[in-house]
Amino acid sequence: MNAMRTELLAAAGSIGQMERYIEAGATAVLIGEPRFAMRLPGAIPQEAIADAIAKAHRAGAKAYVSMNKLFRNHELPALPGYLKLLAEAEADAVVFGDPAVLLNVREHAPGLPLHWNAEMTGTNSATAGYWGRRGATRAVLARELNEEEIADLKSKTTMQVQVQAHGMTNIYFSQRNLLQSYMDHLGKEARIVEQGPNDGRYLVEAERPEEKLPIYEDENGTHVMSADDIALLEVLPELLRAQVDSLYIETLLKPEAYNEAVIRLYRQAMEAWERDPDGYECDEEWLDALHAQQPEGRELGFGFLYKEQVY
Amino acid sequence: MSSIAPAKATGGKGKRHRLDKPELLAPAGSLEKLKIAVHYGADAVYIGGRKYGLRSNADNFSFEEMREGVEFAQKYGAKVFVATNIYAHQEDLGGIEEYLRRLEEVGISAIIAADPIIVETAMRVAPKLEVHLSTQQSTMNWQAVRYWKEEGLPRVVLAREASMEEIREMKERVDIELEVFIHGAMCSSVSGRCVLSNHFTDRDSNRGGCCQSCRWKYDLHEDGVSVMEEGDSLFTMGSKDLCMIKHVPDLIEAGVDSFKIEGRMKSIHYVASVVNAYRQAIDSYMNDPDAYELKTSWVDEIGKAANRPLNTGFFYSTPGAEEHIYEAEEKPAPYDFAAVVLDYDEESGMAIVQQRSPFRPGMEVEFFGPGGRSFTMTLGPLTDENGGELDAARHPLQTIKLRVEHPVERLDLMRKRIM
Repeated sequence: MNAMRTELLAAAGSIGQMERYIEAGATAVLIGEPRFAMRLPGAIPQEAIADAIAKAHRAGAKAYVSMNKLFRNHELPALPGYLKLLAEAEADAVVFGDPAVLLNVREHAPGLPLHWNAEMTGTNSATAGYWGRRGATRAVLARELNEEEIADLKSKTTMQVQVQAHGMTNIYFSQRNLLQSYMDHLGKEARIVEQGPNDGRYLVEAERPEEKLPIYEDENGTHVMSADDIALLEVLPELLRAQVDSLYIETLLKPEAYNEAVIRLYRQAMEAWERDPDGYECDEEWLDALHAQQPEGRELGFGFLYKEQVY
Repeated sequence: MSSIAPAKATGGKGKRHRLDKPELLAPAGSLEKLKIAVHYGADAVYIGGRKYGLRSNADNFSFEEMREGVEFAQKYGAKVFVATNIYAHQEDLGGIEEYLRRLEEVGISAIIAADPIIVETAMRVAPKLEVHLSTQQSTMNWQAVRYWKEEGLPRVVLAREASMEEIREMKERVDIELEVFIHGAMCSSVSGRCVLSNHFTDRDSNRGGCCQSCRWKYDLHEDGVSVMEEGDSLFTMGSKDLCMIKHVPDLIEAGVDSFKIEGRMKSIHYVASVVNAYRQAIDSYMNDPDAYELKTSWVDEIGKAANRPLNTGFFYSTPGAEEHIYEAEEKPAPYDFAAVVLDYDEESGMAIVQQRSPFRPGMEVEFFGPGGRSFTMTLGPLTDENGGELDAARHPLQTIKLRVEHPVERLDLMRKRIM
C-alpha cells in the first residue's frame, strides 16, 4: 500500500467492516463500543478489541479507539482496565472528549496517544493547543467550521488536525430517551423502541418537509443526525492545501457497500492529488459515482465549508 | 499529580447537617434585574457582557453598567459573575485578554467559562477573577470534576444530567465548590452538544445564536410513514422547566454550594418571585433543619411567575414522557407585573409606584416584597405626580400615587391577576 501523506479515516462497526474499509483504501479506522464511545456504526466488544487492532495493523492501517463519551460516576471504574488493554494492544490513539479519560490515560496508560474530540465544541486553535499541552496529539474539528476557519486553525497549531470529509453529522445529543418518551406519551401499546443505530426513523419539521433528520436511541441517549451528507470530494484540494492531516468518512447509518465505494473514491482522489497537486482535477466520473449511490432523499452538500454563521 | 483512585469514603451514615449556607445565584439580564435579584435575596448574580456570552439577544451589560451593578451588589454583600461561556471560533480569539482584564478591573468576582482557552487565559491575565467552569462543559462525573480542580478552578457548574446521588459522590470525592441549576428552562440536549440552530438557521448556538429549535414540533416517521394517528401530538425535544423548591433540603444535604436559577431573559417579576421563594426555603432550612417544613406559599410564589410546566429534571430519575411538553406550549403566567414601589409615606399610607403594565381602580392586586411579605387589595383612586386623578395607569414608567392597605417598601412589586 502506498504511503499517503494525508490519512483517510473511516469508522467501522465490526472487524469485517474494518477489513473491508481498509481494503477499499482507508489508512486508519475508528472502532470501539457504546460503553465507552458514542455514535459508532457498530460495536467491537472489549474481548475482541485487541484482535481488531492487530488485524488493522496487519492490514497496514492505524487503529484508533473511540472513548468520546461523557462518562457518569458508575462508568468510571471500567476505564483503567480498558485503557491498559488498549495500550497493550498498541492502539494508535484513544479519542476522548471527557477529561476523565485524560486523567486515566495519565495514570494507567501513559504513552497512549490521545486525540481530542469535543464534537461541536472543537472550534479554535487556542483550545486545541490547550489540550495539546495536556497530551493530545490531534484535534478533531467541529463540523460547523468553514473553510477559512479550518485553514486558519490548522496554520496556528502544531497538532494534527482531523476534518470530516463525508457522511452525516450529529446535530443534537440528549441523555434523555426521547423516542421512548414520545411512544409512551402516544400510548402506542407500550411499544419499546429498539436500541442502537438504525436508519428506520427520521424527524420532519413542518417548514422543512424535504429534510429528513435521522434519529435513534441507544444506551447513551438520543441522537439526531443531519438531513444532508457532507461530501467534500469535489473540493478536496481546499482541505489538502490547508494541510489537514486526516480526512474522516462517517459510515454511521449507511450500508457497507456504500461506505466501501465512498472510501474508494476519496482514496483515488487523494492519491491523484498527492501525485500531482498542480495538475489535479476532480474527475466528473468520481462525482457521478458518488451521486449514483446516494440514498434517495439525502442531499450531498459541502456542510458548513462555505457558510457564514451569525449569532 | 494526585492519584485518581478513590480518595476517601465518607460513608452515608446519619443526616449530615452542613454548616455552610449555599449561595443563591440569580440571573440578571439588565441592571434593573440585577438590583431586584440582589434586593430579593440573591447572594450573587450572573450577567452577560457585550461579548463572549451565550445570550446575544439579552440587554447585555456595558462595563459602566457592570461597575454600577457591582457597587449596588456590594452594599448587600452580594457578588457579580459574568458569563463568558461561548465556544470561541478563530475570529473570537483576539480580544479575550483585554476583555477579561476589564472585567477584573470593574470588580466582577468570577467569570463562568466553558471554552478551556478562556479558562486558562483568565487565570493568566486576570488572577483576581475566579473562574467557574460553565455547564456548557457538560461535567457529569467526579473525575472530570477533579480534573478541573487540579487545573486550579474553585468551582464547577455541573451538567444538568447529574443526579442527586452523583452530586453527593462528586462532593465527597473532590474538595471543590459545586454549582447546580435548580430552577428554570433547560436544554434537553447535553449542553453544548446541540447545533440544531446552526443547521436550520445558520445561527451558532454555541456562540449565543440558539433559536430553540428543540421546542419546535416534528413529525416522526418510521420506514417512510408518520407514526401519528388522528389526534396524536407531534414529537418534540422540548423539556418542562426545572423546579426544585420542594427539594431544597436534599440539595443542601448533597453538598451543593451554589443554587443557580436560570433565566437572563426573564422578567424582573420572575426573578423577584423565584429568588424570594428559594431565599426563604434556604434560610428556613439553615435556621433549623429539623423543624423545616415546605411552605405552600413558596410553591405558590413560583407558580405566579411560571409560564411553563415544571419538573425535577435528572435529579431523581431520567426524564420520561411526563417531563416533555407535547401539547400546547406555554401558558401566560397567571399574574402580570404591574408596578414597582418607588417610595412609601407611612403617615399618609400613600405609595408612589412606577407603572410597568396598565392597571386601573377596582382591580385586585398583590403587593409583595423580600422575605415573603405580601398582601392583596383592591385598588382605590389613582393620581399622577401632580395629584391629577386618573381613570387608569396607562403609560409605561408613569409615576402613580395610590393608597395601600399595609405598609410597603421601596422595590416591593405590585402584580395583577390576569387569569
